[in-house]
Amino acid sequence: MSQSHRLSTGGSIDRETLVEFTFNGRPYKGHPGDTVASALLANGVKIVGRSFKYHRPRGIFAAGAEEPNALLQLEAGARTLPNQQATRVELYDGLSADSVNCWPGPDFDAMSFIGLFHRLTPAGFYYKTFMWPASFWKYYEHFIRHAAGLGKAPTEKDPDYYDKMNAHADVVVVGGGPSGLAATLAAARVGARVILADDQPTLGGWLLNERREIDGKPANEWIATVEAELNQMENVTVLRRTTAFGYYDHNFVGMIEQRRANVSHGGCTSRQRLWRVRAKQVVLATGAIEQPMIFADNDRPGVMLAGAVRTYVNRYGVQPGKRVCVFTNNDDAYRTALDLFDAGISVPAIIDVRSDPSGELATEAIQRDIEILDNHAITAVQGSKGVAAIEVMALNKTGDGVTGTARTISCDVICSSGGWNPAIHLHSHSGGKTVFDEERGIFLPSNTLQNETCVGAAAGIFDLARCLVDGLKAGKVAAGGAGFKKSSRSKPPSAPEEDESPARLLWVVPTTQPLGRRGKHFLDQAHDVTAADIHLAAREGYESVEHTKRYTTLGMAPDQGKTGNISGMAVLGQALGCETLGEVGTTTFRPPFTPVTLGALAGRDIGVLMDPTRMTPMHHWHDQAGCNWEDVGQWKRPWYYPKPNENMQDAVNRECLAVRNAVGILDATTLGKIDIQGPDAAEFLNRVYTNSWQNLKNGRCRYGLMLGEDGMVMDDGVTTRLSENHFFMTTTTGNSASVLEWLEEWSQTEWPEMRVYFTSVTEQYANITIAGPQARALLSEFTEDIDLDPVSFPFMSVREGTVAGVSARIFRVSFTGELTYEINVPASYGMSVWTAMMTAGDKYGITPYGTETMHVLRAEKGYIIVGQETDGTTTPQDLGMDWIVSKKKDFLGRRSFDREDNRRQDRKQLVGLLPDDHTKVIPEGSQITSSQQERPPLGSRIPMIGHVTSSYYSANMGRSFALALVKGGRKKIGEGVYVPLADGVVRAEITSPVFVDPEGAKIDG
Amino acid sequence: MVQHMGKYSIFSLIRNALAYHEGWERAWRSREPQGEYDVIIIGGGGHGLATAFYLAKEHGITNVAVIEKGWLGGGNTGRNTTIIRSNYLWDESASLYEKSLQLYESLSQELNFNIMLSQRGVLNLAHNLHDLRELERRVNANLMNGIDSEILDTKSVKNFVPIINTDPNSRYPILGASLQRRGGTARHDAVAWGFARGADERGVDIIQQCEVTAIKQSRGKVTGVETTKGLIKAKKVGVVVAGHSSELARMAGFRLPLNSYPLQALVTEPVKPVLDTVVMSNAVHVYVSQSDKGELVIGAGIDGAHGYSQRGSLHVIEGQLGALCELFPITSRLRMMRQWGGIVDTCPDASPIIGKTPVDGLFINCGWGTGGFKATPGSGWVFAHTLATGEPHALNAAFTLDRFTSGFLIDEHGAAAVAH
Amino acid sequence: MLLIPCPYCGEREESEFHQGGEAHIERPKDPNKMTDEEWADYLFFRDNRKGVYLERWVHRHGCRRWFNVARDTATNQIVAVYKMGSKPPKSITSRVTMK
Repeated sequence: MSQSHRLSTGGSIDRETLVEFTFNGRPYKGHPGDTVASALLANGVKIVGRSFKYHRPRGIFAAGAEEPNALLQLEAGARTLPNQQATRVELYDGLSADSVNCWPGPDFDAMSFIGLFHRLTPAGFYYKTFMWPASFWKYYEHFIRHAAGLGKAPTEKDPDYYDKMNAHADVVVVGGGPSGLAATLAAARVGARVILADDQPTLGGWLLNERREIDGKPANEWIATVEAELNQMENVTVLRRTTAFGYYDHNFVGMIEQRRANVSHGGCTSRQRLWRVRAKQVVLATGAIEQPMIFADNDRPGVMLAGAVRTYVNRYGVQPGKRVCVFTNNDDAYRTALDLFDAGISVPAIIDVRSDPSGELATEAIQRDIEILDNHAITAVQGSKGVAAIEVMALNKTGDGVTGTARTISCDVICSSGGWNPAIHLHSHSGGKTVFDEERGIFLPSNTLQNETCVGAAAGIFDLARCLVDGLKAGKVAAGGAGFKKSSRSKPPSAPEEDESPARLLWVVPTTQPLGRRGKHFLDQAHDVTAADIHLAAREGYESVEHTKRYTTLGMAPDQGKTGNISGMAVLGQALGCETLGEVGTTTFRPPFTPVTLGALAGRDIGVLMDPTRMTPMHHWHDQAGCNWEDVGQWKRPWYYPKPNENMQDAVNRECLAVRNAVGILDATTLGKIDIQGPDAAEFLNRVYTNSWQNLKNGRCRYGLMLGEDGMVMDDGVTTRLSENHFFMTTTTGNSASVLEWLEEWSQTEWPEMRVYFTSVTEQYANITIAGPQARALLSEFTEDIDLDPVSFPFMSVREGTVAGVSARIFRVSFTGELTYEINVPASYGMSVWTAMMTAGDKYGITPYGTETMHVLRAEKGYIIVGQETDGTTTPQDLGMDWIVSKKKDFLGRRSFDREDNRRQDRKQLVGLLPDDHTKVIPEGSQITSSQQERPPLGSRIPMIGHVTSSYYSANMGRSFALALVKGGRKKIGEGVYVPLADGVVRAEITSPVFVDPEGAKIDG
Repeated sequence: MVQHMGKYSIFSLIRNALAYHEGWERAWRSREPQGEYDVIIIGGGGHGLATAFYLAKEHGITNVAVIEKGWLGGGNTGRNTTIIRSNYLWDESASLYEKSLQLYESLSQELNFNIMLSQRGVLNLAHNLHDLRELERRVNANLMNGIDSEILDTKSVKNFVPIINTDPNSRYPILGASLQRRGGTARHDAVAWGFARGADERGVDIIQQCEVTAIKQSRGKVTGVETTKGLIKAKKVGVVVAGHSSELARMAGFRLPLNSYPLQALVTEPVKPVLDTVVMSNAVHVYVSQSDKGELVIGAGIDGAHGYSQRGSLHVIEGQLGALCELFPITSRLRMMRQWGGIVDTCPDASPIIGKTPVDGLFINCGWGTGGFKATPGSGWVFAHTLATGEPHALNAAFTLDRFTSGFLIDEHGAAAVAH
Repeated sequence: MLLIPCPYCGEREESEFHQGGEAHIERPKDPNKMTDEEWADYLFFRDNRKGVYLERWVHRHGCRRWFNVARDTATNQIVAVYKMGSKPPKSITSRVTMK
């Protein structure tokens, strides 16, 4: 079978070239310029899939983004794409596609037995059953899950990539139809930067689908002229195959561009591009979407939108059927009949629900001897796997019933038209309101929140000549709004006048039986929602549109109800006895207009680019040394440096012993560093730290705690007074950015009179920390201009000088209790100083250590880590750090100490824990109890009195130890507590949190 | 015991099928307000409807009106990602959320409305050592509180969620996860509708399209509410309006420690089952499950700026999907089908406020932030007790408004799915 | 995504900024003289207004300066932008009851 339904002439396909493709494994041929849908129709393929719920056979219904039925699994393997609309996939050679949600295929589907139970499965049936026995729901659910779900997700990693484009425009025009092209021209001619986005591969919009004339010539010629002019203009960007999917606040428009039609290979580009466009003005020329007639069994393969049939005939040279009837409530569908007739296709009848249609188009049909059955309706469709014939009856006066006898007309396609509704989706996304035009039965855009206007069909203007005028005007106004006020007078192109008579709004086409008893009137074919379902929802009290939508799932499928929502609302209105559809209300359209690939929204921000990785200047040394890494914020920090055959504990033990007994070297570059200058710097620190800073001498360092205004510990670190008005603050690695912002906030918003300035210098300096009894001996080899004697260079002071020939700032602080020098050198010298230290340090037993060893050593001294010993609910007093809290001054957070909660006796306090079993390292995060009990069974409880915050094995002590926060802990020193673990209860004794060198004897080496 | 107007079952479904489903009764009736009620509940979301249901069922108070300015369940009840769990850190929260989970476990039967509770487990991922430590602390606290909770190592995470990316070289590798097997999802709309039906059946008046314009008071005591449908009197009024709580409080003359933000979510097109559990990651701000219809339901962190617009910013979604595609590489080819926003009222300590206000007889239930859906039955249950007796139940005694004065905060930032 | 007019840099994308909560909340001069209630009010209690709302923003990834914005939280329309330390324009104050 080769293109049995291809017309011999017409269409804008490339008839010279044949492309081959497969559908459900069968080979077919088509032409470039086809969509998969047009090619399938050209090959006489009727059934393309099965419906979501009842597994009814379904065919191609539409020709664009509104298609509810023809969803394909495109390609296989790593590049497979589920749920692609056949009407939007451009045909290419070698394309392979399959139907979704049916097995073995759409012609015979094993799941179609479900349709037999349709009487039992109306809207919302699942809310009413599957409840007994309660434990069975999971089995029902398992079946439901596997029965649902359309296409299949890929199982392999994505071989493609996606890009993002950020763009600014004076005017964005969405839609390349007549109004959009006219608007683009008008705005561009006065110099505005215009971005025109259109979802089709070629410009022209609905003109591509029609036989229309502009300026007395076929519309194609006008399109070509406009396109040529736009191509000449540097201020115009035309984006084809680009769907504007969402319209967000402040004129931000999201667009998705298909970069290649053929998705089966990678090509040389990203697969799609996300355009993030900020526009001064937006013109929405998004056109209109045809609504179908809602008649019994209107889902049979062969029932199609009238406009879609016209598109297939005119644009693709395809005859969807051999005998085609038209069923309409308006004049426009007559164009389909005329186009079909003129293409040599038999049109047995136009069934029009109106009486005496008398417009020009009707006259033309009569001239062609096409039979018009006015005031008639289709009451039944014969044929279950495709339209075979229709039954037609006369309507009664009110249109809610039929009279007389049925006449059967054989045909294989029914063109259904309930009129065109403006595509106001983007307008609605942007916060724009809509109004219902009762007479025409359409929703029109009204008030807008943004600098936006709808034109042409999107504004309810369907007359071509008026669309062109409207577009030109809107383009000019938009350009003016964006500041381009130059006047340009161009004569609007002309088009023949159109004279159409009004539609008759029938909403549900009656049959000989009450609704729901003879055939199914589908509103939402994608989700199998019928008019009877809407009536059921209304009957059960789901009266709001939103309730009805949710109860019936109307409009919730991938097509988002583009051909069903409005009829659905109208049916709801009827069911509720509303006078007008406006009374029913409107639903808010939500982005996206058509589905958007997640990968495109993610863009390049995946893999290593998901978040920036921060590396110190010595990173590669650590890497070569074979360290294991710890992620701290965005930083990579060496965690520990295992030697061959060492496990983590071995390595940490070795590193710990080296620091306490010889010398260790740590890369502490990641600590936040903030340079603070200004005459009020000391007073400023006074306000943000708990302790006093006015009296700190030049060259001396002081430890500080920073609190939130709620009195809870926020950050800590050492700050040094380099000179009278110059301080150098260090923060924790994770909080460096937030601390800087905190300081800026207070200085700018609360105390702007203070003269103090902050600069982040975290990345300007490498911090090479050497710690241990041999640290002085090591450092002395590298510096001549600094006296390292502990009397002249005491603990908690700073010296500036030269280290290994590099100017350096050395801080004598300590996070281990050992003699420590934190050597800050310009970042670019970090590696050279580090390697020099390593080389010279060999004889002292220098040992690089990582964050794990740092943590063990500081815990042995009872030093806290913010975020580990604290959790946002911890005060300085809880940590036993009263000594650092000034009683004399106010500071951020101080007032909160006086609150009732802070005076509680049973607040959790920082203590040490020594497990009875010296080898047992209690897991961090373990909960502590006061009596010896196993973990309770589910449903019963044991009171907790605290939790373990840090826990390690100490090679120095030869035993395990921990830090913990325990209720009233400081009064419980010496008492035993219990830690129930999965493998039994561990007993431990509460101790002081300082385990090693409590007198500080080692601090000078 | 009130008779069910029309009990739902497979038998009633068959019976009605024979009558072309023309005989079904309303799930609830839309009432016009009477002059006076014992209790008025402002807000017809899940929490408000649950409150009305339990007032009637547990306390026999049926002269109750639920007043909703829009349509039932139209706020956050119908806009969340339907996740249910009780693995909270602090005793106060754990008890409250666990009560809620227990109510959920028999809610379909209690309401005779299938809310499709699906206990397919909730995983919280750890991406660094700090996450792991916090996870361990919370899981241990859960176990001590008698709540099911366990730690999975990376390999077990992979077994549990085969499509997850456990490459140790990824930017934020998965080091482990906590799992609450009794956690899962439920059908959000059904929860609101089921409670509405149950409350209506017990005599509660459900009044939709009725906006409160003033809170009437006399000598510091509430006397009723002025609405777009007229004055309605009551000596007890409960405010359960989530994102709009501050606005209602302003009407009553006091302020709340709340900030309202848009919280966005989205669903993909439906695909055949790929994800049989709920996965959450604090570190990269994303949470995801797959609905019975086959859509991936994906939530993000809250937007950066206060707002009542129900429209969020696209860049928040972009960031969230980067995290999703990284965690689940196969999802990069799925497509976002619908996105939306809700307005969440966040408290400084990420815990709710359920109890008295400065106005006598006026009670408030708010501040659920990003996590209110899972608490719906529990919240209604304790709030009903509070309204009925005038005093909080033991389960909500700690969740007072004056904790912000005393400092007795219940800081659950670690347990909430997203950064506040 | 909002487009925020930084008074120092001009219009920039929201992602460059950080919102810093309600504006015009002054830190008390002498917190120690306050009652717990007054302190709590300063710490936690907020207007959280639907409608025109006065808020602070910082141009985090730009000039790092703080400034005030009057924005309608229902529509996200920015009504005014003014520097730290200034009072909101009169046209705004009429639309907001200042606390």
